[in-house]
Amino acid sequence: MISTLALIGRNTLSASATLGRLALFILATLRHTIGGPFYIREFWVALVQIGWLSLPVVGLTALFTGGALALQIYAGGARFSAEAVVPSIVAIGMTRELGPVLGGLMVASRVASSIAAEIGTMKVTEQIDALVTLSTNPMKYLTVPRVAATTLAVPFLVAIGDAIGIMGGYLVGISRLGFNEAAYLKNTVDFLEYWDILSGMIKGAVFGFIVALMGCYYGMNSSKGAQGVGTATKSAVVAASVLILAANYVLTEVFFSA
Amino acid sequence: MIQLQNVHKSFGANHVLRGVDVTVEKSKSLVIIGGSGTGKSVTIKCILGLFKADRGKILVDGQDINTADRDAFLSRFGMLFQGGALFDSLTIWQNVAFRLLRSRLKKSQDEARLIAIEKLRRVGLQPDVADKFPAELSGGMQKRVGLARAIAAEPEIIFFDEPTTGLDPIMSCVINDLIREIVVEMGVTAITITHDMSSVRAIADRVAMLHEGKVCWSGSIQDMNQSDDPYLSQFINGRADGPIKAVR
Repeated sequence: MISTLALIGRNTLSASATLGRLALFILATLRHTIGGPFYIREFWVALVQIGWLSLPVVGLTALFTGGALALQIYAGGARFSAEAVVPSIVAIGMTRELGPVLGGLMVASRVASSIAAEIGTMKVTEQIDALVTLSTNPMKYLTVPRVAATTLAVPFLVAIGDAIGIMGGYLVGISRLGFNEAAYLKNTVDFLEYWDILSGMIKGAVFGFIVALMGCYYGMNSSKGAQGVGTATKSAVVAASVLILAANYVLTEVFFSA
Repeated sequence: MIQLQNVHKSFGANHVLRGVDVTVEKSKSLVIIGGSGTGKSVTIKCILGLFKADRGKILVDGQDINTADRDAFLSRFGMLFQGGALFDSLTIWQNVAFRLLRSRLKKSQDEARLIAIEKLRRVGLQPDVADKFPAELSGGMQKRVGLARAIAAEPEIIFFDEPTTGLDPIMSCVINDLIREIVVEMGVTAITITHDMSSVRAIADRVAMLHEGKVCWSGSIQDMNQSDDPYLSQFINGRADGPIKAVR
Protein backbone atom coordinates (compact mmCIF):
# COMPACT_ATOMS: atom_id res chain seq x y z
CA MET A 1 0.00 0.00 0.00
CA ILE A 2 2.75 2.42 1.03
CA SER A 3 4.86 1.51 -1.98
CA THR A 4 1.87 2.20 -4.29
CA LEU A 5 1.34 5.60 -2.66
CA ALA A 6 5.06 6.32 -2.94
CA LEU A 7 4.96 5.43 -6.63
CA ILE A 8 1.98 7.75 -7.23
CA GLY A 9 3.74 10.49 -5.26
CA ARG A 10 6.97 10.11 -7.20
CA ASN A 11 5.18 10.18 -10.55
CA THR A 12 3.13 13.22 -9.51
CA LEU A 13 6.25 15.08 -8.43
CA SER A 14 8.05 14.10 -11.62
CA ALA A 15 5.12 15.23 -13.79
CA SER A 16 4.89 18.53 -11.88
CA ALA A 17 8.63 19.12 -12.31
CA THR A 18 8.38 18.43 -16.06
CA LEU A 19 5.43 20.82 -16.39
CA GLY A 20 7.36 23.49 -14.49
CA ARG A 21 10.45 23.05 -16.64
CA LEU A 22 8.33 23.13 -19.78
CA ALA A 23 6.60 26.34 -18.67
CA LEU A 24 10.00 27.96 -18.00
CA PHE A 25 11.24 26.74 -21.39
CA ILE A 26 8.23 28.33 -23.15
CA LEU A 27 8.82 31.61 -21.30
CA ALA A 28 12.52 31.53 -22.18
CA THR A 29 11.69 30.86 -25.85
CA LEU A 30 9.28 33.81 -25.97
CA ARG A 31 11.74 36.06 -24.14
CA HIS A 32 14.58 35.19 -26.52
CA THR A 33 12.29 35.69 -29.53
CA ILE A 34 11.76 39.33 -28.60
CA GLY A 35 15.37 40.44 -28.12
CA GLY A 36 18.10 40.13 -30.78
CA PRO A 37 20.18 38.77 -32.34
CA PHE A 38 17.91 36.84 -34.70
CA TYR A 39 19.77 34.20 -36.70
CA ILE A 40 18.29 34.62 -40.19
CA ARG A 41 20.35 31.84 -41.81
CA GLU A 42 19.24 29.27 -39.25
CA PHE A 43 15.65 30.48 -39.69
CA TRP A 44 15.75 29.97 -43.49
CA VAL A 45 17.38 26.56 -43.17
CA ALA A 46 14.67 25.53 -40.70
CA LEU A 47 11.95 26.96 -42.95
CA VAL A 48 13.16 24.90 -45.91
CA GLN A 49 13.70 21.71 -43.90
CA ILE A 50 10.47 21.98 -41.93
CA GLY A 51 8.15 23.67 -44.42
CA TRP A 52 9.24 22.78 -47.91
CA LEU A 53 10.46 19.24 -47.20
CA SER A 54 7.30 18.37 -45.22
CA LEU A 55 5.11 19.23 -48.21
CA PRO A 56 5.16 15.74 -49.85
CA VAL A 57 4.17 13.89 -46.68
CA VAL A 58 1.47 16.43 -45.75
CA GLY A 59 0.17 16.51 -49.35
CA LEU A 60 -0.05 12.72 -49.66
CA THR A 61 -1.75 12.42 -46.28
CA ALA A 62 -4.30 15.07 -47.29
CA LEU A 63 -4.91 13.52 -50.71
CA PHE A 64 -5.75 10.07 -49.35
CA THR A 65 -7.71 11.49 -46.40
CA GLY A 66 -9.85 13.65 -48.71
CA GLY A 67 -10.55 10.65 -50.92
CA ALA A 68 -11.45 8.37 -48.00
CA LEU A 69 -13.59 11.11 -46.47
CA ALA A 70 -15.61 11.43 -49.69
CA LEU A 71 -16.23 7.66 -49.75
CA GLN A 72 -17.26 7.59 -46.07
CA ILE A 73 -19.61 10.56 -46.31
CA TYR A 74 -21.18 9.17 -49.45
CA ALA A 75 -21.73 5.77 -47.82
CA GLY A 76 -23.01 7.32 -44.58
CA GLY A 77 -25.12 9.96 -46.36
CA ALA A 78 -26.80 7.28 -48.48
CA ARG A 79 -28.54 6.00 -45.32
CA PHE A 80 -30.69 9.15 -45.26
CA SER A 81 -30.46 10.19 -48.91
CA ALA A 82 -27.91 12.92 -48.28
CA GLU A 83 -25.22 11.91 -50.78
CA ALA A 84 -25.23 15.44 -52.21
CA VAL A 85 -23.51 16.84 -49.10
CA VAL A 86 -20.23 15.07 -49.95
CA PRO A 87 -18.45 18.12 -51.51
CA SER A 88 -19.35 20.54 -48.71
CA ILE A 89 -18.63 18.09 -45.86
CA VAL A 90 -15.29 17.11 -47.40
CA ALA A 91 -14.36 20.79 -47.70
CA ILE A 92 -15.48 21.72 -44.18
CA GLY A 93 -14.02 18.54 -42.64
CA MET A 94 -10.67 19.05 -44.32
CA THR A 95 -10.27 22.75 -43.60
CA ARG A 96 -11.58 22.82 -40.04
CA GLU A 97 -10.40 19.51 -38.67
CA LEU A 98 -8.58 16.90 -40.70
CA GLY A 99 -6.22 19.20 -42.58
CA PRO A 100 -4.75 20.86 -39.47
CA VAL A 101 -4.86 17.80 -37.20
CA LEU A 102 -3.44 15.25 -39.63
CA GLY A 103 -1.01 17.81 -41.07
CA GLY A 104 0.09 18.69 -37.52
CA LEU A 105 0.53 15.03 -36.60
CA MET A 106 2.55 14.29 -39.75
CA VAL A 107 4.76 17.33 -39.09
CA ALA A 108 5.09 16.19 -35.46
CA SER A 109 6.34 12.76 -36.50
CA ARG A 110 8.74 14.19 -39.07
CA VAL A 111 9.91 17.43 -37.49
CA ALA A 112 9.68 17.00 -33.69
CA SER A 113 11.72 13.80 -33.99
CA SER A 114 14.36 15.37 -36.21
CA ILE A 115 14.70 18.50 -34.05
CA ALA A 116 14.93 16.44 -30.84
CA ALA A 117 17.49 14.05 -32.36
CA GLU A 118 19.61 16.87 -33.80
CA ILE A 119 19.64 19.03 -30.66
CA GLY A 120 19.97 15.96 -28.42
CA THR A 121 23.03 14.83 -30.36
CA MET A 122 24.44 18.35 -30.14
CA LYS A 123 23.91 18.22 -26.38
CA VAL A 124 25.64 14.87 -25.84
CA THR A 125 28.58 15.80 -28.11
CA GLU A 126 29.08 19.10 -26.22
CA GLN A 127 28.17 21.21 -29.26
CA ILE A 128 25.71 23.19 -27.13
CA ASP A 129 28.44 23.90 -24.56
CA ALA A 130 30.64 24.93 -27.49
CA LEU A 131 27.97 27.41 -28.62
CA VAL A 132 27.99 29.01 -25.17
CA THR A 133 31.79 29.30 -25.12
CA LEU A 134 31.56 30.95 -28.56
CA SER A 135 29.33 33.68 -27.06
CA THR A 136 26.19 32.30 -28.74
CA ASN A 137 23.02 31.72 -26.78
CA PRO A 138 21.69 28.21 -27.67
CA MET A 139 18.08 29.32 -27.14
CA LYS A 140 18.49 32.13 -29.67
CA TYR A 141 20.57 30.06 -32.11
CA LEU A 142 18.75 26.72 -31.98
CA THR A 143 15.29 27.12 -30.46
CA VAL A 144 14.01 30.50 -31.68
CA PRO A 145 14.68 29.96 -35.43
CA ARG A 146 13.10 26.48 -35.35
CA VAL A 147 10.04 27.55 -33.37
CA ALA A 148 9.55 30.65 -35.56
CA ALA A 149 9.98 28.67 -38.79
CA THR A 150 7.60 25.88 -37.75
CA THR A 151 4.96 28.28 -36.42
CA LEU A 152 5.03 30.15 -39.73
CA ALA A 153 5.33 27.12 -42.04
CA VAL A 154 2.63 24.80 -40.67
CA PRO A 155 -0.35 27.14 -41.40
CA PHE A 156 0.71 27.25 -45.06
CA LEU A 157 1.25 23.49 -45.09
CA VAL A 158 -2.28 23.14 -43.67
CA ALA A 159 -3.72 25.46 -46.36
CA ILE A 160 -1.98 23.50 -49.12
CA GLY A 161 -3.04 20.23 -47.47
CA ASP A 162 -6.66 21.51 -47.39
CA ALA A 163 -6.58 22.20 -51.12
CA ILE A 164 -5.02 18.79 -51.89
CA GLY A 165 -7.48 17.03 -49.56
CA ILE A 166 -10.44 18.72 -51.26
CA MET A 167 -8.92 17.69 -54.58
CA GLY A 168 -8.70 14.09 -53.31
CA GLY A 169 -12.41 14.20 -52.47
CA TYR A 170 -13.14 15.76 -55.86
CA LEU A 171 -11.21 13.04 -57.74
CA VAL A 172 -13.02 10.27 -55.86
CA GLY A 173 -16.34 12.13 -56.22
CA ILE A 174 -16.19 12.41 -59.98
CA SER A 175 -14.43 9.13 -60.77
CA ARG A 176 -16.02 6.75 -58.26
CA LEU A 177 -19.22 8.35 -56.99
CA GLY A 178 -20.60 9.77 -60.22
CA PHE A 179 -20.65 13.49 -59.28
CA ASN A 180 -20.78 16.11 -61.99
CA GLU A 181 -17.46 18.01 -62.06
CA ALA A 182 -18.93 21.51 -62.12
CA ALA A 183 -21.59 20.69 -59.51
CA TYR A 184 -18.97 19.22 -57.16
CA LEU A 185 -16.82 22.34 -57.38
CA LYS A 186 -19.82 24.66 -57.01
CA ASN A 187 -21.00 22.81 -53.89
CA THR A 188 -17.49 23.00 -52.44
CA VAL A 189 -17.11 26.72 -53.03
CA ASP A 190 -20.66 27.69 -52.06
CA PHE A 191 -20.55 26.10 -48.63
CA LEU A 192 -16.97 26.93 -47.68
CA GLU A 193 -16.40 30.08 -45.60
CA TYR A 194 -13.21 32.04 -45.06
CA TRP A 195 -13.37 31.27 -41.35
CA ASP A 196 -13.25 27.51 -42.10
CA ILE A 197 -9.90 28.01 -43.80
CA LEU A 198 -8.58 30.62 -41.38
CA SER A 199 -9.50 28.64 -38.26
CA GLY A 200 -7.59 25.65 -39.66
CA MET A 201 -4.57 27.83 -40.35
CA ILE A 202 -4.65 29.27 -36.83
CA LYS A 203 -4.76 25.71 -35.51
CA GLY A 204 -1.79 24.96 -37.77
CA ALA A 205 0.22 27.82 -36.25
CA VAL A 206 -0.50 26.56 -32.72
CA PHE A 207 0.37 22.99 -33.71
CA GLY A 208 3.59 24.18 -35.38
CA PHE A 209 4.57 26.02 -32.20
CA ILE A 210 3.89 22.87 -30.16
CA VAL A 211 5.87 20.62 -32.53
CA ALA A 212 9.03 22.74 -32.56
CA LEU A 213 8.81 23.49 -28.87
CA MET A 214 8.58 19.80 -27.94
CA GLY A 215 11.47 18.93 -30.27
CA CYS A 216 13.67 21.65 -28.80
CA TYR A 217 12.66 21.02 -25.19
CA TYR A 218 13.34 17.29 -25.26
CA GLY A 219 16.50 17.78 -27.34
CA MET A 220 17.90 20.36 -24.93
CA ASN A 221 17.07 18.12 -21.96
CA SER A 222 18.37 14.92 -23.53
CA SER A 223 20.43 12.76 -21.19
CA LYS A 224 23.77 11.33 -22.23
CA GLY A 225 24.36 8.61 -24.78
CA ALA A 226 22.48 7.11 -27.70
CA GLN A 227 19.73 5.92 -25.38
CA GLY A 228 19.23 9.47 -24.08
CA VAL A 229 18.84 10.84 -27.60
CA GLY A 230 16.47 7.99 -28.50
CA THR A 231 14.31 8.66 -25.46
CA ALA A 232 14.29 12.41 -26.20
CA THR A 233 13.19 11.75 -29.78
CA LYS A 234 10.40 9.39 -28.75
CA SER A 235 9.21 11.72 -25.96
CA ALA A 236 9.16 14.71 -28.32
CA VAL A 237 6.92 12.93 -30.86
CA VAL A 238 4.56 11.51 -28.22
CA ALA A 239 4.27 14.81 -26.33
CA ALA A 240 3.78 16.84 -29.51
CA SER A 241 1.09 14.43 -30.81
CA VAL A 242 -0.87 14.37 -27.55
CA LEU A 243 -0.62 18.15 -27.11
CA ILE A 244 -1.78 18.69 -30.71
CA LEU A 245 -4.90 16.62 -30.09
CA ALA A 246 -5.56 18.35 -26.76
CA ALA A 247 -4.98 21.81 -28.24
CA ASN A 248 -7.25 20.90 -31.17
CA TYR A 249 -10.12 20.20 -28.80
CA VAL A 250 -9.57 23.44 -26.88
CA LEU A 251 -9.33 25.52 -30.08
CA THR A 252 -12.41 23.85 -31.54
CA GLU A 253 -14.31 24.74 -28.35
CA VAL A 254 -13.09 28.32 -28.59
CA PHE A 255 -13.78 28.73 -32.32
CA PHE A 256 -16.96 26.78 -32.89
CA SER A 257 -18.91 26.18 -29.66
CA ALA A 258 -22.21 28.01 -29.84
CA MET B 1 44.99 35.42 -13.60
CA ILE B 2 42.36 32.82 -12.72
CA GLN B 3 41.60 32.05 -9.07
CA LEU B 4 39.29 29.40 -7.69
CA GLN B 5 38.57 29.75 -4.00
CA ASN B 6 36.83 26.95 -2.11
CA VAL B 7 34.64 26.02 -5.08
CA HIS B 8 31.93 23.43 -4.44
CA LYS B 9 29.60 21.81 -6.95
CA SER B 10 27.07 19.01 -6.50
CA PHE B 11 24.79 17.21 -8.91
CA GLY B 12 21.97 15.89 -6.74
CA ALA B 13 23.59 13.72 -4.08
CA ASN B 14 26.88 13.59 -6.00
CA HIS B 15 29.21 16.15 -4.38
CA VAL B 16 31.77 16.49 -7.21
CA LEU B 17 33.82 19.54 -6.20
CA ARG B 18 34.47 19.75 -2.46
CA GLY B 19 36.42 22.95 -2.08
CA VAL B 20 38.74 23.43 -5.04
CA ASP B 21 41.46 26.05 -4.51
CA VAL B 22 43.71 26.75 -7.45
CA THR B 23 45.39 29.75 -9.07
CA VAL B 24 46.69 30.14 -12.61
CA GLU B 25 49.07 33.03 -13.21
CA LYS B 26 48.66 35.17 -16.33
CA SER B 27 50.31 33.64 -19.45
CA LYS B 28 51.03 30.40 -17.61
CA SER B 29 49.85 26.91 -18.43
CA LEU B 30 48.22 24.85 -15.70
CA VAL B 31 47.46 21.19 -16.27
CA ILE B 32 44.87 19.57 -14.04
CA ILE B 33 45.29 15.82 -13.69
CA GLY B 34 43.28 13.24 -11.81
CA GLY B 35 41.28 10.08 -12.29
CA SER B 36 37.99 9.87 -14.11
CA GLY B 37 35.11 11.44 -12.19
CA THR B 38 37.26 13.57 -9.92
CA GLY B 39 35.75 16.83 -11.23
CA LYS B 40 38.31 18.04 -13.78
CA SER B 41 35.76 18.86 -16.50
CA VAL B 42 33.31 20.26 -13.95
CA THR B 43 36.04 22.64 -12.74
CA ILE B 44 36.59 24.25 -16.13
CA LYS B 45 32.88 24.25 -16.89
CA CYS B 46 32.34 26.15 -13.63
CA ILE B 47 34.94 28.74 -14.71
CA LEU B 48 33.18 29.16 -18.06
CA GLY B 49 29.79 29.47 -16.36
CA LEU B 50 28.44 26.32 -18.05
CA PHE B 51 27.79 25.10 -14.48
CA LYS B 52 27.14 27.48 -11.62
CA ALA B 53 29.27 26.73 -8.55
CA ASP B 54 27.20 26.08 -5.42
CA ARG B 55 29.72 27.75 -3.16
CA GLY B 56 33.07 29.53 -3.36
CA LYS B 57 34.48 32.21 -5.66
CA ILE B 58 35.86 32.15 -9.17
CA LEU B 59 37.83 35.24 -10.13
CA VAL B 60 39.27 36.12 -13.52
CA ASP B 61 41.73 39.02 -13.26
CA GLY B 62 40.19 39.80 -9.88
CA GLN B 63 36.61 40.00 -11.16
CA ASP B 64 33.97 37.58 -9.94
CA ILE B 65 32.64 35.68 -12.98
CA ASN B 66 29.08 36.06 -11.68
CA THR B 67 29.24 39.85 -11.88
CA ALA B 68 31.05 40.08 -15.23
CA ASP B 69 29.30 40.99 -18.49
CA ARG B 70 28.71 37.53 -19.95
CA ASP B 71 29.47 38.33 -23.62
CA ALA B 72 32.61 40.32 -22.83
CA PHE B 73 33.71 37.62 -20.40
CA LEU B 74 33.25 34.75 -22.85
CA SER B 75 34.92 36.64 -25.69
CA ARG B 76 38.18 36.34 -23.73
CA PHE B 77 37.98 32.53 -23.77
CA GLY B 78 38.67 29.79 -26.26
CA MET B 79 38.02 26.14 -25.62
CA LEU B 80 39.06 22.87 -27.21
CA PHE B 81 36.49 20.21 -26.35
CA GLN B 82 37.33 16.56 -25.79
CA GLY B 83 35.44 15.33 -28.86
CA GLY B 84 36.07 18.51 -30.84
CA ALA B 85 32.38 19.56 -30.54
CA LEU B 86 32.44 20.79 -34.13
CA PHE B 87 29.07 21.80 -35.56
CA ASP B 88 28.07 19.03 -37.99
CA SER B 89 25.92 21.25 -40.17
CA LEU B 90 28.66 23.81 -40.85
CA THR B 91 31.74 23.51 -43.03
CA ILE B 92 35.19 23.50 -41.45
CA TRP B 93 35.90 27.16 -42.16
CA GLN B 94 32.48 28.16 -40.83
CA ASN B 95 33.24 26.21 -37.66
CA VAL B 96 36.60 27.91 -37.23
CA ALA B 97 35.17 31.36 -37.98
CA PHE B 98 31.98 30.80 -35.97
CA ARG B 99 32.65 33.58 -33.51
CA LEU B 100 33.97 35.90 -36.21
CA LEU B 101 30.73 35.53 -38.18
CA ARG B 102 28.40 36.30 -35.30
CA SER B 103 29.39 37.85 -32.00
CA ARG B 104 30.65 41.37 -31.25
CA LEU B 105 33.80 40.44 -33.21
CA LYS B 106 31.72 40.08 -36.39
CA LYS B 107 33.64 40.33 -39.66
CA SER B 108 32.67 39.99 -43.31
CA GLN B 109 32.37 36.47 -44.77
CA ASP B 110 35.50 36.93 -46.91
CA GLU B 111 37.58 38.27 -44.05
CA ALA B 112 36.36 35.57 -41.65
CA ARG B 113 37.15 32.86 -44.23
CA LEU B 114 40.68 34.20 -44.71
CA ILE B 115 41.28 34.22 -40.95
CA ALA B 116 39.86 30.70 -40.68
CA ILE B 117 42.18 29.41 -43.41
CA GLU B 118 45.16 31.08 -41.76
CA LYS B 119 44.26 29.45 -38.41
CA LEU B 120 43.82 26.09 -40.15
CA ARG B 121 47.33 26.50 -41.60
CA ARG B 122 48.58 27.35 -38.12
CA VAL B 123 47.40 23.98 -36.83
CA GLY B 124 48.87 22.15 -39.82
CA LEU B 125 45.81 21.76 -42.04
CA GLN B 126 45.70 22.59 -45.74
CA PRO B 127 43.20 25.14 -47.08
CA ASP B 128 41.43 22.39 -49.04
CA VAL B 129 39.78 21.13 -45.83
CA ALA B 130 38.04 24.48 -45.40
CA ASP B 131 34.97 23.51 -47.41
CA LYS B 132 34.63 19.99 -46.03
CA PHE B 133 32.26 18.98 -43.24
CA PRO B 134 33.49 17.67 -39.86
CA ALA B 135 32.27 14.13 -40.59
CA GLU B 136 34.69 13.96 -43.54
CA LEU B 137 37.76 14.42 -41.29
CA SER B 138 39.68 11.98 -39.09
CA GLY B 139 39.70 12.32 -35.29
CA GLY B 140 43.13 13.98 -35.29
CA MET B 141 42.09 16.47 -37.95
CA GLN B 142 38.91 17.28 -36.03
CA LYS B 143 41.04 18.02 -32.95
CA ARG B 144 43.15 20.39 -35.02
CA VAL B 145 40.04 22.12 -36.33
CA GLY B 146 38.80 22.42 -32.73
CA LEU B 147 42.14 23.96 -31.85
CA ALA B 148 41.91 26.38 -34.79
CA ARG B 149 38.41 27.38 -33.65
CA ALA B 150 39.65 27.90 -30.08
CA ILE B 151 42.36 30.33 -31.24
CA ALA B 152 40.44 32.00 -34.11
CA ALA B 153 39.34 35.04 -32.12
CA GLU B 154 42.75 35.44 -30.43
CA PRO B 155 41.52 34.70 -26.88
CA GLU B 156 43.47 35.57 -23.74
CA ILE B 157 42.55 32.32 -22.00
CA ILE B 158 42.27 28.86 -23.55
CA PHE B 159 40.96 25.65 -21.99
CA PHE B 160 41.89 22.27 -23.40
CA ASP B 161 39.67 19.37 -22.33
CA GLU B 162 41.52 16.07 -22.73
CA PRO B 163 43.17 17.17 -25.98
CA THR B 164 44.79 13.82 -26.81
CA THR B 165 42.00 11.40 -25.85
CA GLY B 166 41.32 8.94 -28.65
CA LEU B 167 44.42 9.83 -30.66
CA ASP B 168 47.37 7.60 -31.51
CA PRO B 169 50.69 8.39 -29.72
CA ILE B 170 52.20 10.21 -32.70
CA MET B 171 49.14 12.39 -33.26
CA SER B 172 49.00 13.01 -29.47
CA CYS B 173 52.57 14.26 -29.62
CA VAL B 174 51.74 16.53 -32.57
CA ILE B 175 48.72 18.01 -30.75
CA ASN B 176 50.72 18.48 -27.51
CA ASP B 177 53.47 20.32 -29.39
CA LEU B 178 50.91 22.47 -31.19
CA ILE B 179 49.24 23.41 -27.91
CA ARG B 180 52.57 24.30 -26.32
CA GLU B 181 53.60 26.39 -29.34
CA ILE B 182 50.29 28.24 -29.40
CA VAL B 183 50.31 28.90 -25.66
CA VAL B 184 53.85 30.32 -25.81
CA GLU B 185 53.39 32.19 -29.09
CA MET B 186 50.07 33.83 -28.12
CA GLY B 187 51.06 34.34 -24.48
CA VAL B 188 47.70 32.98 -23.33
CA THR B 189 46.70 31.69 -19.93
CA ALA B 190 45.88 28.01 -20.39
CA ILE B 191 44.19 25.31 -18.38
CA THR B 192 44.39 21.76 -19.70
CA ILE B 193 42.70 18.76 -18.19
CA THR B 194 44.09 15.39 -19.02
CA HIS B 195 45.20 12.05 -17.67
CA ASP B 196 47.79 11.65 -20.40
CA MET B 197 51.18 12.16 -18.73
CA SER B 198 52.91 12.93 -22.04
CA SER B 199 50.53 15.90 -22.40
CA VAL B 200 51.34 17.01 -18.87
CA ARG B 201 55.08 17.05 -19.54
CA ALA B 202 54.66 18.78 -22.90
CA ILE B 203 52.15 21.46 -21.94
CA ALA B 204 52.43 22.29 -18.23
CA ASP B 205 54.15 25.11 -16.39
CA ARG B 206 52.33 23.97 -13.29
CA VAL B 207 50.36 20.85 -12.41
CA ALA B 208 47.44 20.41 -10.01
CA MET B 209 46.06 17.03 -9.09
CA LEU B 210 42.40 16.61 -8.23
CA HIS B 211 41.28 13.81 -5.98
CA GLU B 212 37.83 13.43 -4.43
CA GLY B 213 36.83 16.94 -5.48
CA LYS B 214 39.86 18.75 -4.01
CA VAL B 215 43.32 19.71 -5.18
CA CYS B 216 45.45 17.16 -3.35
CA TRP B 217 48.78 18.29 -4.85
CA SER B 218 50.09 21.15 -6.95
CA GLY B 219 53.50 22.25 -8.12
CA SER B 220 55.79 22.62 -11.11
CA ILE B 221 56.84 19.81 -13.46
CA GLN B 222 60.18 19.57 -11.62
CA ASP B 223 58.33 19.32 -8.30
CA MET B 224 56.10 16.62 -9.79
CA ASN B 225 59.08 14.54 -10.89
CA GLN B 226 60.66 14.74 -7.45
CA SER B 227 57.52 14.49 -5.33
CA ASP B 228 56.93 11.51 -3.07
CA ASP B 229 53.25 12.38 -2.58
CA PRO B 230 51.56 8.95 -2.57
CA TYR B 231 48.52 10.07 -4.59
CA LEU B 232 50.58 11.84 -7.23
CA SER B 233 53.12 9.03 -7.38
CA GLN B 234 50.40 6.38 -7.87
CA PHE B 235 48.75 8.45 -10.61
CA ILE B 236 51.80 9.43 -12.65
CA ASN B 237 53.24 5.94 -12.46
CA GLY B 238 49.89 4.35 -13.30
CA ARG B 239 49.91 1.90 -10.38
CA ALA B 240 46.76 0.04 -9.33
CA ASP B 241 48.00 -0.18 -5.72
CA GLY B 242 48.05 2.92 -3.56
CA PRO B 243 45.82 5.36 -1.74
CA ILE B 244 43.61 5.95 -4.80
CA LYS B 245 41.09 3.15 -4.89
CA ALA B 246 40.86 1.48 -8.31
CA VAL B 247 37.73 -0.49 -9.17
CA ARG B 248 38.71 -3.94 -10.43
